[in-house]
Amino acid sequence: MKGRIHSFETFGSVDGPGVRFVVFMQGCRMRCRYCHNPDSWKINAGEEFEAADVARRALRYRAYWGKDGGVTVSGGEALLQLQFVTELFTILKNEGVNTCLDTAAGPYENTEAYQEAFDALMAVTDLVMLDIKHIDPKQHRSLTGISNERILKCARHLDALGKRMWIRHVLVPGLTDDEPSLRALGNFVRTLRNVSRFEILPYHSLGAYKWEALKIPYTLKDTRPPSEEEIARARRLIGV
Amino acid sequence: MREQWRGFRGTHWLDDINVRDFIQHNYTAYDGDESFLEGPTQATDTLWGALQELQRQERAKGGVLDMETEVVSGLTAYGPGYIDEKLKDLEKVVGLQTDKPLKRAFMPYGGIKMAEEACTTYGYTPNPKFHKIFTEYHKTHNQGVYDAYTPEMRLARKNKIITGLPDTYGRGRIVGDYRRVALYGIDFLVAKKKEDFANCGCGVMTDDVIRLREELAEQIRALNGMKEMAKSYGFDISAPAANAREAVQWLYFGYLAAIKTQNGAAMSVGRVSTFLDIYISRDLQEGTLTEKEAQELIDHLVMKFRMVKFARIPSYNQLFSGDPVWATLEVAGLGQDGRHMVTKNDFRFLHTLENMGPSPEPNLTVLYSKRLPDAFRRYAAHISVVSSSIQYENDDVMRPVWGDDYSICCCVSATQTGKEMQFFGARANLAKALLYAINGGVDEKTFMQVAPAYRPITSEYLDYDELLKHYDVMLDWLAGLYVNVLNLIQYMHDKYYYEAAEMALIDTDVRRTFATGIAGFSHVVDSLSAVKFARVKVLRNEQGIATGFETQGDFPRYGNDDDRADEIAVKLLKTFLTKIKKHHTYRDSEPTTSILTITSNVVYGKATGSMPDGRKAGEPLSPGANPSYGAEKNGLLASLNSVAKLPYEYALDGISNTQTISPDALGHDQGERVSNLVNVMDGYFSQGAHHLNVNVFGTEKLVDAMEHPEKPEYANFTIRVSGYAVKFIDLTREQQLDVISRTCHKQL
Repeated sequence: MKGRIHSFETFGSVDGPGVRFVVFMQGCRMRCRYCHNPDSWKINAGEEFEAADVARRALRYRAYWGKDGGVTVSGGEALLQLQFVTELFTILKNEGVNTCLDTAAGPYENTEAYQEAFDALMAVTDLVMLDIKHIDPKQHRSLTGISNERILKCARHLDALGKRMWIRHVLVPGLTDDEPSLRALGNFVRTLRNVSRFEILPYHSLGAYKWEALKIPYTLKDTRPPSEEEIARARRLIGV
Repeated sequence: MREQWRGFRGTHWLDDINVRDFIQHNYTAYDGDESFLEGPTQATDTLWGALQELQRQERAKGGVLDMETEVVSGLTAYGPGYIDEKLKDLEKVVGLQTDKPLKRAFMPYGGIKMAEEACTTYGYTPNPKFHKIFTEYHKTHNQGVYDAYTPEMRLARKNKIITGLPDTYGRGRIVGDYRRVALYGIDFLVAKKKEDFANCGCGVMTDDVIRLREELAEQIRALNGMKEMAKSYGFDISAPAANAREAVQWLYFGYLAAIKTQNGAAMSVGRVSTFLDIYISRDLQEGTLTEKEAQELIDHLVMKFRMVKFARIPSYNQLFSGDPVWATLEVAGLGQDGRHMVTKNDFRFLHTLENMGPSPEPNLTVLYSKRLPDAFRRYAAHISVVSSSIQYENDDVMRPVWGDDYSICCCVSATQTGKEMQFFGARANLAKALLYAINGGVDEKTFMQVAPAYRPITSEYLDYDELLKHYDVMLDWLAGLYVNVLNLIQYMHDKYYYEAAEMALIDTDVRRTFATGIAGFSHVVDSLSAVKFARVKVLRNEQGIATGFETQGDFPRYGNDDDRADEIAVKLLKTFLTKIKKHHTYRDSEPTTSILTITSNVVYGKATGSMPDGRKAGEPLSPGANPSYGAEKNGLLASLNSVAKLPYEYALDGISNTQTISPDALGHDQGERVSNLVNVMDGYFSQGAHHLNVNVFGTEKLVDAMEHPEKPEYANFTIRVSGYAVKFIDLTREQQLDVISRTCHKQL
């Protein structure tokens, strides 16, 4: 089947283990105020590709993957095109490729039908990188436009499945770095048994120009990237 | 067996000069990691401190510390010289080009005008008697060339369709087998050359025989000169070196002889690391040397390579900026028997970049293969990440062609050590040639009729098939002229500036390659692709000369792993070499070509008009085989895959690729960066790619270094450019901007 794709990066080295081919899916319903890819929000944009063609394209880079690398599907929000990703990962798993899903789990649902489809994807996914934007539901809504309820549920479900996970958290001074939230985030992550890595992604403003180009007001104009000390402090408070 | 050879194994190398045989029988492969390495000794710190102070003074004086005006350089033109007379006892390896450190010698044999201009540029006045001597009494290479040039050649040179020709200075790129001095001592080498002399010709004096006899006489004279030179430092190099310190010193004297007598653009050291390890291992075993002392020897040798200087003129510096000498030195590689050739000494050479900080020279080159030990690949990648000072070349594609004892004789070109020499020949500007094809041989900048007045293209929109036909004819002309210019230059160089010292350390029965080169590669490929896949409208001036293009629509570009563009690239390379090969080459040398431009891409670009790919007139050409600026849309690996498609067999002189990766885009921490870089190189080279320059830094650092060159942290900030390394602050501002504008691979 076809999927809508924003872009490809042939050399992803901070998007999962090792050197990875990264597929950025088009479309996202979250409106994170610090998003560095707002051009990937629009649902019906991007370019359409067959899953088999994407796999073929990715496999050209196999020589670079070594024993750890592989393919990461990111976004946009990859789970908005769950069927496509499942087909892509199925092809890749047949080729013996390591697969990684980078998601904020916004579209995750508790229905049986969804769970079935989701678990089928998980069957061909080696690693989930789950973004937790904020542990506090209210602040999560103010930051991203939606509640984090489904996201935390997804985390629990992945835990139940025993899926290997990396948890990622974007650290934005003044927005996501208050002490109680960071402590609560740490407490939550400690309840998950299969988190092999916790990554703090320091906020950067390199995507701001894209907001300007899209004529969307950027609300973090005066926000600066966190300092080394602030990152160390957050790491300490989260304690994972 | 001679006492100096105690403990060494093997037989062939005992009777005949055969350093490869000696190495294969005696080296100890090392699979371990870098934990055995030692830091700098106090002597190293002191000497390197003194040298850095001299380098600082040199920079403060505008790039030249001191110049000779009274003495013509030669093997025995000077007595001994030291980094600092008071510290000379600390120097484990001695020998300078002149009597003082960083002082540039006066070398008129390539061309007296250039030697004089080099002096006057920096405020020195050479003794006027030299002008008289080298114009009235003794001809130079430059004068010979200009006596014979045809008007067409002068015109092509002036219009920069052929550029960087070695017609005013040494051609370089000849690597003497300096190891021979250490292994055999001078007397044995003289005896062997005398045998060759006795057996040269049957008595019938043909041109070839006469020339070779004269050259052999010159070589023997040079060998004896080396002995004299060494004697002035208190060493007798007539016999083989007896231990590691002597081996290092003897070998360096061989190299010193080369750089005292020749000012070639590239004066490479060669593949010496594994060879020297054999001596160091023996001393370590005999208990006469410690690891600390072994590292000190290598540090001091490398310090000497960091001091090599030549007097250059401003137009030369524009081509090769930052004072490079290509003292290229190789580590690693595999042997024909399948064993890897990594020794502890390969670690020691790379470790000099930690002990004494980053440096452009020597041009440290890792002969790479996925089959090298993990620990070594990781250490090399580590050094790249922290210093950006080393380059990688694919041993798996070179070994089948050049064997397992080749050296790199310039930036990236392989040559069999001691068996081969190269006729270096600059570059043909294929981008300009494409414009000549459109304009019927009229230069788009000067409006002179440079090429024959072939029929120009007059249509409003370019047609792919028509353009290809015109280009093909134009390339025929260019290839022919180019080879003939080089034939002439090489003839005169042999006659007036023969490399006696280097050739004395190479077999008499020498194989010769004839190294042509390509500039503007990516722009020709993308322009042809634009004409093929988009619509290209020609904008002409009143005289009907195409001076600009309007390209409508999208087209595939080289550098995105898109076969539509990459196939054009492969075809262009094959076409050019095929045309070169049609022609007779001087002394029956074997023609090769390269896709590498050094920093000359900026100067070539200045002289080249707008192209259909969107490159504007005067903008720098993309360096070497690199894709054009801004063309790469799919990240580093797509770009690497495109370059990897170019068949090395068609560019045996080298395919240079320079990539800069921001540390943040390479991994979260040093461990990840190292692993990822190793994976990148494994992937790239396993596809048959030839060369990779690796820089690891962000654009911010370059901008800051450009604005604040005085910051101490930038004094030795080294970056890789096409085919060599350079201190960033030594580049012109224009070149700095060019480096900054190139794609820095990072993601958001």
